[in-house]
Amino acid sequence: MKKELISNWGNYPQIEAEVFKPDFVQEVNGLVKKEQAILARGNGRCYGDVALSKKIISTLSLNKVLAFDIESGIIRCQSGILLSDILAITVPKGFFLPVTPGTKFITLGGALASDVHGKNHHAEGCFSNHVLDFKLVTADGNTLACNRTKNAVIFWNTVGGMGRTGVITEVCFQLKKIETSYITSRNIKVKNLDEMLDLFDQSGDTTYSVAWMDCLKKGAHQGRGILMLGEHATLADLDLKKKKNPLALPKKIKLNVPLFFPGWVLNKFAVKAFNFLFYNKQRKKVNTSIIDYDKFFYPLDAILNWNRIYGKKGFTQYQFVLPKEGGKEGLKEILDTIGNAGEGSFLVVLKLFGKTEPLAKWSFPMEGYTLALDFKITLDTQDLINQLDDIVQRYKGRIYLSKDAFSRRSLSNVPTQVTSKFTSLQAERLGMI
Amino acid sequence: MAKEIMLIGATSDVAQAMVHLIDRKTTHLWLVARNVERLEPLKTHVEITKAISVSLLESDVCEFEKNITLFEPIAPKIDEIYFFAGYLGHQEKAQTESAETLKIINTNFTGAVLILNVFAEAFAKKKSGIIIGISSVAGDRGRSSNYFYGSAKAGFSAYLDGMRQRLAKVGVHVMTVKPGFMATRMTRELDLPKLITASSEKAASVIFKAAKKKKNTVYVTTIWRFIMLVIRNIPEAIFKRISI
Ligand SMILES: Cc1cc2nc3c(=O)[nH]c(=O)nc-3n(C[C@H](O)[C@H](O)[C@H](O)COP(=O)(O)OP(=O)(O)OC[C@H]3O[C@@H](n4cnc5c(N)ncnc54)[C@H](O)[C@@H]3O)c2cc1C
Ligand SMILES: NC(=O)c1ccc[n+]([C@@H]2O[C@H](COP(=O)([O-])OP(=O)(O)OC[C@H]3O[C@@H](n4cnc5c(N)ncnc54)[C@H](OP(=O)(O)O)[C@@H]3O)[C@@H](O)[C@H]2O)c1
Repeated sequence: MKKELISNWGNYPQIEAEVFKPDFVQEVNGLVKKEQAILARGNGRCYGDVALSKKIISTLSLNKVLAFDIESGIIRCQSGILLSDILAITVPKGFFLPVTPGTKFITLGGALASDVHGKNHHAEGCFSNHVLDFKLVTADGNTLACNRTKNAVIFWNTVGGMGRTGVITEVCFQLKKIETSYITSRNIKVKNLDEMLDLFDQSGDTTYSVAWMDCLKKGAHQGRGILMLGEHATLADLDLKKKKNPLALPKKIKLNVPLFFPGWVLNKFAVKAFNFLFYNKQRKKVNTSIIDYDKFFYPLDAILNWNRIYGKKGFTQYQFVLPKEGGKEGLKEILDTIGNAGEGSFLVVLKLFGKTEPLAKWSFPMEGYTLALDFKITLDTQDLINQLDDIVQRYKGRIYLSKDAFSRRSLSNVPTQVTSKFTSLQAERLGMI
Repeated sequence: MAKEIMLIGATSDVAQAMVHLIDRKTTHLWLVARNVERLEPLKTHVEITKAISVSLLESDVCEFEKNITLFEPIAPKIDEIYFFAGYLGHQEKAQTESAETLKIINTNFTGAVLILNVFAEAFAKKKSGIIIGISSVAGDRGRSSNYFYGSAKAGFSAYLDGMRQRLAKVGVHVMTVKPGFMATRMTRELDLPKLITASSEKAASVIFKAAKKKKNTVYVTTIWRFIMLVIRNIPEAIFKRISI
């Protein structure tokens, strides 16, 4: 079998792997039986070292819709289908994803294995909250049907289990009814962290909320940014033109970053300039508009391969969550540390998580503040992350394994009793094999 | 106009890619393969996303008699039949083991011919229909590295040529497809030169468009027409001594 050099979205780290790409789901059982150690992989849209292993089962050809009830909105698909493909099928019928991450180019299996969260976490929970059942090929090579009552232990170990329990082959979940494919979005310009966190508290009954933050501002302006709120638009919200086709799919506009940028392009000055422009683009305090769902949920997907702007050495995303209690102080300490290190991060995203499902014990979210930061890989990256890890640990937070490549084991949330059959580079790094 | 399409060898990578191109003019799709339960997910997918009904049929190309009885009642309903099934086999094994030799010949030639005969008669009778056979450039000249496969495909190409001439007179079209290298399951273990290798999606799209235009013989990539032109014209005295 030929080997390929693969990496995830951060382009760091890389690994030589044998990638098996079954055309038919029946092949998965045989592969799992035969290989000593293997890992399922979706579209590689995690950032760090989690979806990497010397032997990989790529699910990308297992991408078929198995059932779709347009009355109830229950859909069953193979695990390798992309969320973008699901949307293209369900939106014209009046259904949206119950939970979606900031990119639609992930697979259904990846959504379950990371138990992804979206801008509606405080209101509608994680992806698993909407999953009815799934099928999993376990270490012995057999297929197991799992739901909340049947094989419930395996069900909950697989949710957020990062592929360590087996290969998810199909998932059945509940879609969300929508009247239109548009979002009523409200952007609020916020001057600092205190105001930001207050506003998050006040917007608890808005379905979608997330904030972009300027991480380089210090003092009174620390944490300035833009809070983005959204609701699915109703028919009555649309103008006449949009009303003609209320469930229209967004037009595809595709920009591409065809090559890796040289490493020096993205420096502190570039980040400063970007942050300045982003913040000042909006003149008014509050800006309301009706936009298509791509613009609201997936602004980054409009630029293919945007990860290449960080250069060939790649980048890492540091995403953590701190309990709400004391979280504000923790966030300030983190922002101070980043400010002092002079490390810019383009995309700093803040969100307030809501209550979580106690049974989903390997899911990343907990009630509190989550912040995601991108850092270009340099010689200082490990050092900076050690400092951030210290703070997260002190405030009893945790980090998101789906983004991680540098953090310590004590901050991670992974099933402890798993087989050695399904291993990842990350599990090895964290000493979990 | 309502249209029924049948794909034989529906598990092949190119056939799978073809399914995604099939448009709403098609009212019913027949997918034929061995171990046909592998195609259940594709069936539901097409039914849900394209609102085209799909039937799965189990058939092994090498079960000659069984295939004739299987296809005879269905053939008159079909408007377009694509024959994708093929077997590359192992040249060296076939040199010494007759079972392998037969498998190559029976899949690529005998079995294919017996099935398509059924369709030729049915189409001739209703004076319409299109038959698309996937042959290979390997049939354009026998070579030491794959002459069992090559000769079976040469026979298949000649069969399609002759049938085209006969059926053209009754309004039935026959198209011969001669792919060069394609990156599919068949060639997964081979190190194919990227520049002259087509993806299964590209191949499917070329075949699909050519069938619409009722082309006679299509090479999946033009470069292969020239490569084979050169190979065919190498004098035998030289050809004997080289290995390609
Ligand atoms: C721009 C961007 C924005 C993002 N925003 C968010 C966000 O808002 N919220 C959020 O939660 N995440 C977010 N993510 C992370 C992303 O949603 C997750 O990493 C997701 O798991 C990626 O899915 P994938 O199909 O690409 O899986 P991969 O990256 O290939 O794999 C991720 C993990 O899932 C496992 N896995 C994949 N498929 C299977 C399967 N069939 N069976 C068993 N295990 C499997 C892998 O082993 C691995 O552990 C974002 C990522 C990007 C690039
Ligand atoms: N790939 C190339 O470079 C290349 C070049 C020239 C021509 N071709 C031709 O292109 C066609 C499509 O092949 P591909 O490249 O897409 O390869 P592929 O994916 O390996 O497809 C071959 C198909 O033939 C089927 N088949 C083999 N023996 C059969 C039998 N006895 N009964 C029923 N079905 C049988 C296989 O079914 P199973 O799934 O059951 O095995 C499979 O669906 C073939 O005719 C091939 O000869 C390929």
